[in-house]
Amino acid sequence: MKQNYDVVVIGSGPGGLAAAIAAKRAGAHDVLIVERDVEPGGILQQCIHNGFGVEALKQDLTGPGYAQRFINEARALDVDVLLDSMVLDVTPQRRVTACGKQAGLVELDARAIVLSMGCRERTRAQIRIPGARPAGVYTAGTAQRWVNVEGYMPGRRFVILGSGDIGMIMARRLTFEGAQVERVLEIMPFLTGLNRNYVQCLLDFNIPLQLSHTVKRVLGNKRVEAVEAVQVDERWQPIPGTEEIIPCDTLLLSVGLIPENELSRQMGVRLDPVTGGPYVDEGFQTSAPGVFAAGNVVHVYDLVDWVTEAGLIAGRSAAEFALGKTGTQPAQRTCVTKAGENVRYVVPHRVDAEALTRGPVKLQMRVLRPMEEPVWVEARAGDDLIARHAERYARPGEMLSLDLPQKAYDTVRRAEILTVNVVRRKS
Amino acid sequence: MEQTDTLICITCPMGCALAVTHEGQTVVRVTGNHCNRGPRYAQAELTDPRRMVATTVKVRGGSKPLLPVYTAAPFPKGRIFELLDALRRLEVDAPVRADQVILANALGSGIDVLASRDMA
Repeated sequence: MKQNYDVVVIGSGPGGLAAAIAAKRAGAHDVLIVERDVEPGGILQQCIHNGFGVEALKQDLTGPGYAQRFINEARALDVDVLLDSMVLDVTPQRRVTACGKQAGLVELDARAIVLSMGCRERTRAQIRIPGARPAGVYTAGTAQRWVNVEGYMPGRRFVILGSGDIGMIMARRLTFEGAQVERVLEIMPFLTGLNRNYVQCLLDFNIPLQLSHTVKRVLGNKRVEAVEAVQVDERWQPIPGTEEIIPCDTLLLSVGLIPENELSRQMGVRLDPVTGGPYVDEGFQTSAPGVFAAGNVVHVYDLVDWVTEAGLIAGRSAAEFALGKTGTQPAQRTCVTKAGENVRYVVPHRVDAEALTRGPVKLQMRVLRPMEEPVWVEARAGDDLIARHAERYARPGEMLSLDLPQKAYDTVRRAEILTVNVVRRKS
Repeated sequence: MEQTDTLICITCPMGCALAVTHEGQTVVRVTGNHCNRGPRYAQAELTDPRRMVATTVKVRGGSKPLLPVYTAAPFPKGRIFELLDALRRLEVDAPVRADQVILANALGSGIDVLASRDMA
């Protein structure tokens, strides 16, 4: 390991691995990944199910299999990896302080940094479930790590709160390992994960799903003994008389993910309160010059394929910055993207028109409300339509994207604001 | 007699809701699919439903106590628990390479179970 690096990547999940690979490919000489676990791969190592890579690689891989490809490629490109080391601090001058059992205290200087710390799960404290505080309430991802990597079963009889993909996949996994999954409860009136996971994780094993239901309280002293489930109205208020006591010894929470940005916040990177991640430009540069961000640390993706894609862009941008191919200040003439009709947020937050001279720029967004009808995803500068494409439907759980074409260069260069709308399409 | 059932296609993340009209195990008509994998899935669901299976097996001398494994092809749905029992009895030695065969021709299905990753 060296003292100075062209690019230092924080985290070796799919975003970090892709960033390191792209940085090397773009000509960065010394690239280092710092990882707190004892092996690279991040959360993919515990996602042992298949379904990864279908979109971008056109192959159906398991999580560890998907990680393995990128670990092998990073190794072949001579990316340095510092394992078992936790980054404690990153300064705007791009000095990285890390510490670990093997390496001790390490201080490194980087010409460019890629933040790829991923995201964290929401916990019981964040959704405020009343009742006792016994053992046996865990996040679904924690349980996944125990069952798939460490080899422990956290209980025998489960209730799962949240119909996101992790919750449903854990329902199947626990059933495979001989546990009884009594129920999956979802506060929304619709499934929040993918339909295919409803089929192959719940329907296949007769695991009941109740929509518009939540946990009213947890019962038990030392260990969970039951949860009280309740139906909710459209404002999430419990409907009296619909309570049901479900005996169980474990409650798993699959209630959302939040980008992990303690380090970013500490170093003064500006964060978007809607996504929970840094404000970024089309190359994923944050508000701090030379500091880039890749993957779920920016906004939570549905598919790992798109995390890889974002990591590749961030890594290439970081290498170009490190090699002095781009300015040391963020571009001055940038155009800001704005969430318009039925759009919750847009990433990137700003676009430098010059980027369009090299190729199209992809915008990604989520809608506020589901639209089960044909829609246009469109970008406008004032009244000028810059780009649009058709979708069969738009759902909050499924990220949308829109390419700004190269021919939009002149319009984007003159524009100050690009508004993205998702509107009804008359077929 | 013709009968119409709703199936959700699991071939890709889109998850199309298929209306499958069939006579016994013979598909007559499929609507609601957005690609030609939908009708194929519907026919397979009626005659020979299969699923990819991923689980873990014990590993001796590995960097972790468990090795993740997966079926090389979708496995007959009705025999998944039988397969899991067979894999639970298995113990392999490290080091293991990704895609190494862990259980060949599982339960005589012609499908191999492979390692998902390298394990030193």
